[in-house]
Amino acid sequence: MKSKVTYHLKDKAIWVVLVILCIAFSIANSRFLAVDNLFTLARQVSMYGIASIGMTFVILIAGIDLSTGTIITFVNIICANFMVNMGMNMYLAVILSLVISTLIGALNGFMIATIGMPAIIATFASQTVFEGAAYLISGGKPIFGYDERFKMLGQGYIGPVPIPVIIMILCFIVGSFILNKTYFGRYFYAVGGNEAAARLSGIRVSRVKYLIYALSGFFAGLAGIVLLSRTNSGQSTAGKGWEFDVITCVVLGGVSVTGGSGKISNVVAGVLIIGSLKNGMILMNVSAYTQMVVQGIILALAVGFDCWQKRKKEQ
Amino acid sequence: MSEEYVLQLQNIRKEYPGVVALKDVTLNLKAGEILALIGENGAGKSTLIKTCSGAVIPTSGKIIVNGKEFTSMTPQSAAENGIAIIYQEFNNVGELSVAENIFLGRQIRKGIMIDKGAMEREAAKAFKQLNIDIDPKTLVKNLTVGYQQMVEIAKAIQQDAKILIMDEPSAPLTNAEVESMFKVVELLRKKGVAIIYISHRLDEIYRLSDRIVVLRDGEYIKTLITKDSHVNELIELMVGRELTETYPPRMSSVDKSHITLEVEALTGNGDKDINLKVYRGEVLGIGGLVGAGRTELAEMIFGAKKKDRGKIRLNGKEINPKDPRDAIDLGIALVPEDRKRHGVLLGSSVMNNINMPIYNRTSKLSVINRKIEKETAENYKDRMLIKSPNLNQLVKNLSGGNQQKVILAKWMAANAELIIFDEPTRGIDVGAKYEIYKLINKLVEEGKTILLISSEMEELMGMSDRIVVLAEGRMVGSLEKEEFSQTRIMEFASKSSNNEVGGK
Repeated sequence: MKSKVTYHLKDKAIWVVLVILCIAFSIANSRFLAVDNLFTLARQVSMYGIASIGMTFVILIAGIDLSTGTIITFVNIICANFMVNMGMNMYLAVILSLVISTLIGALNGFMIATIGMPAIIATFASQTVFEGAAYLISGGKPIFGYDERFKMLGQGYIGPVPIPVIIMILCFIVGSFILNKTYFGRYFYAVGGNEAAARLSGIRVSRVKYLIYALSGFFAGLAGIVLLSRTNSGQSTAGKGWEFDVITCVVLGGVSVTGGSGKISNVVAGVLIIGSLKNGMILMNVSAYTQMVVQGIILALAVGFDCWQKRKKEQ
Repeated sequence: MSEEYVLQLQNIRKEYPGVVALKDVTLNLKAGEILALIGENGAGKSTLIKTCSGAVIPTSGKIIVNGKEFTSMTPQSAAENGIAIIYQEFNNVGELSVAENIFLGRQIRKGIMIDKGAMEREAAKAFKQLNIDIDPKTLVKNLTVGYQQMVEIAKAIQQDAKILIMDEPSAPLTNAEVESMFKVVELLRKKGVAIIYISHRLDEIYRLSDRIVVLRDGEYIKTLITKDSHVNELIELMVGRELTETYPPRMSSVDKSHITLEVEALTGNGDKDINLKVYRGEVLGIGGLVGAGRTELAEMIFGAKKKDRGKIRLNGKEINPKDPRDAIDLGIALVPEDRKRHGVLLGSSVMNNINMPIYNRTSKLSVINRKIEKETAENYKDRMLIKSPNLNQLVKNLSGGNQQKVILAKWMAANAELIIFDEPTRGIDVGAKYEIYKLINKLVEEGKTILLISSEMEELMGMSDRIVVLAEGRMVGSLEKEEFSQTRIMEFASKSSNNEVGGK
C-alpha cells in the first residue's frame, strides 16, 4: 500500500514542483500569472516542447541527440533560403526542410545503428557539421523577407491561443500516441530497457534506432520552422545550444537517462518548468549567465536524482 | 576450539524479496585444508561465498575471520583479512601486462611514476612460489584461459591471501590445464592456505578435498570427511531425493517420419561441422562442458549469430535466418541461458513480454489491438501457470521460475514449433523446475520439437529422448536413450583434441 502511494507521489512530483515554482514566481512578480504572460510563456516553450518529443524517444532508448540545436539552426537557414533566395513555394519549402531534417536524423541513426558509433559522438559530429553548413549557406548573414502568410505559423493565433502552442499540443498528442498506442512505443521501451533481450524477442533493434533518430530530426526540424516563422529571419545561430534546453526538459520530465522508462505526460511538465524558469527569471531581471548556472544545476539535480535512486536500489 | 578455524560462517542467512537464498548456513574452514563446497545449481554456493567477499550482505549471521567477528564483509575488509576469491569470470584487464594485473589498483610507485620493474620482480616471485612459468611482461590477453587463472591465483598469493575461495575453477579449463591447476592448489595447501573449492565435478572433489560440505536449496545439509564418504551418498545428499522422481513421466511422442530440424556441416561462431537431426515431438539433449559450443550452436540456428557455412533445414526447407526476427517468423524460439540479461524484459509487464514477438502480427497500421494483446497474455499466462497477481505486473517482480514461464508463454504465443532451451532451470528452485519439466513434456506431446542444452547431467538424461555431446565446438558423440549414462556423457564431453598447455 505504502509503496503504491509513494509511487504515485513520485510519478506526479514533477507537477507539484511546477505548481510550487509558479506560486513562487507569482509572489515575486505579480505579472507572472497574468494571462498574456502565460501565453507568452507557452509560446516561448512551444519549440522546446516540439523538439522534446523526439528527444524523449532518443533518451528512452538510452541514447542522446546533441544535434537537435543545429538541426533547428540548419532548417531555419535552408527553409529561409528556399523561400527567399530560391523563390520556392512556401509549402514546398517547409516540406522539403522537414524531409531534410528527418534525413539528418536518419544519418545519425546510420552512424549509431549501422556503424556502431556511440550516440554522443555521432550526434556531436553532425552537430558541428550542420552548424558549419548553416554558416556556409547563409554566409553568416540573416535571411529575411518572405511570404507574410508564413509568419502565421509562429506569430498567429487561433482565438486567444498562439498557433505554435497548438502545434506543440498536437505534437504531444502524436508523441503520446506513438508511445502508448502503437507497438513502436513498446519497442522503444524494450530496446531502452534491455537491447539484447529486445533483439532476442524479435525486435530489429537497428531499425528502431533509425526510426528514433529520424523522428528526433523531424521534430527538431519542425521546431526550427516554427522558430523561423516566429523570428521573421533565418539566423545561423538560431538554435545554438538548444539541445541543452531540450535534454533538460526531457530529463526533468522523468525520462531516465539509463533508458527504458519515462512518460510523455511528465515531459510536458518538464517543458513547462523550464519555460517558467526562463520566463520567471527574465521577469525578475536575472542575468543570462545566472540563468545558465541555474539551468545547469537543474540538469545535474534531475539526472543525479534518477541515478542516485537506481544506485540505491542496486545495493 | 574456534582457534583452529581460520574462517567460520555462522548461521548465515540471506533473504531476497520473496526468496530465502541461504537458510542459516554454518561452515568452518581450517588452515591447510581443502574444503569442497557442493550442491546443485541454485543450492546457494555462490551466494554463500559472496558473503565472504562482501558482494552479498547477509541478512543475519556472523563471519569470523581469524577470531575477528564481522556481520558483513566489504571487498576491502575481505582483502585486509586475507580472503581472496577466484571467480569463473576473471577480473583482469587484457590490455595490461601480467605484472600490472597482479598489482591492479595497488601499483608499486616510485614517486609519481609506476615502478614496472619492481612489479615485474614481485610478480615473478609469486609465480616462482607457485612453480609456474609465466613472463610477467606478457599481456594478459595473450594468455590461455588456464594461465589467466594462474595470474588470478598469483595475485591472491602476492596479496598474502590465507583463505582462497575458488568458484568452479576447472569449468573453463582443458584437461591438461586442470592438472596444472590441481598442482598449484595442492602446493598452496602445503603452504598452509585454507581453500574452499566449489565444483560440480565429483571426481575432482575426491581427488583434492579433505572435507565436503553439502548445500541444498540454501540449507546446510552435512559435512563429510572425503575419504570416508561415497559418491552415491554424496549425490543423494545433494539431490535430496530419488533421481527417478525428479522428472515427470512422458510417453514417447517422437514422430520419426518428420524431421523438424536438420543441421548439416554447420560451421561458424566457434563450431565446426555440426550435423544433427531432430524429429517432431522429440527432446534432443545437447551435453558438453561450459564453452563446448552449445550456446553458440543455438545462436546460429536462431539467427542471433552468423554461420560461416553449412545448412540449416526446417521441415525440409533450407533456411537462412539473418536475425532472430527471421527465425521467430519461421517458428524457431530460443529460451536463453542468461534469463535476466537475454530472456525477459525485466522493466516491462508480463503482458508486454508475452506479446513482444507478435505485436507486428496482431497490430493494424502499427496500432496495438488491446483486446488481442490482453487475451493472448491471459491465455498463455494460464496455460503456462504463471503466478503473477495481474498482467501489468513488471517481470522483475516475479520469481525466476515464473520469469522462465513468461519466456515460454511468449514463444507459445508466437507459435514456435522448434524451441531451443539453453540451461532452462539454472537458478530456479526445485518446485519450479518440476513445473518447467512438465511444460516441456506438454510441448513435445503437442508436437513441438525441442533442443535442450543442459550442464546438469541428471536433467539431460531425465528429459531427453536422445543426447548429442559437443566438445570444443565439435560433435563428439551421440547416445540413444538406452545408452544414457553419466560416465559416457562425461567421457565424450571431456574429449579434447588439444592437450597442450601454454601461451598462445
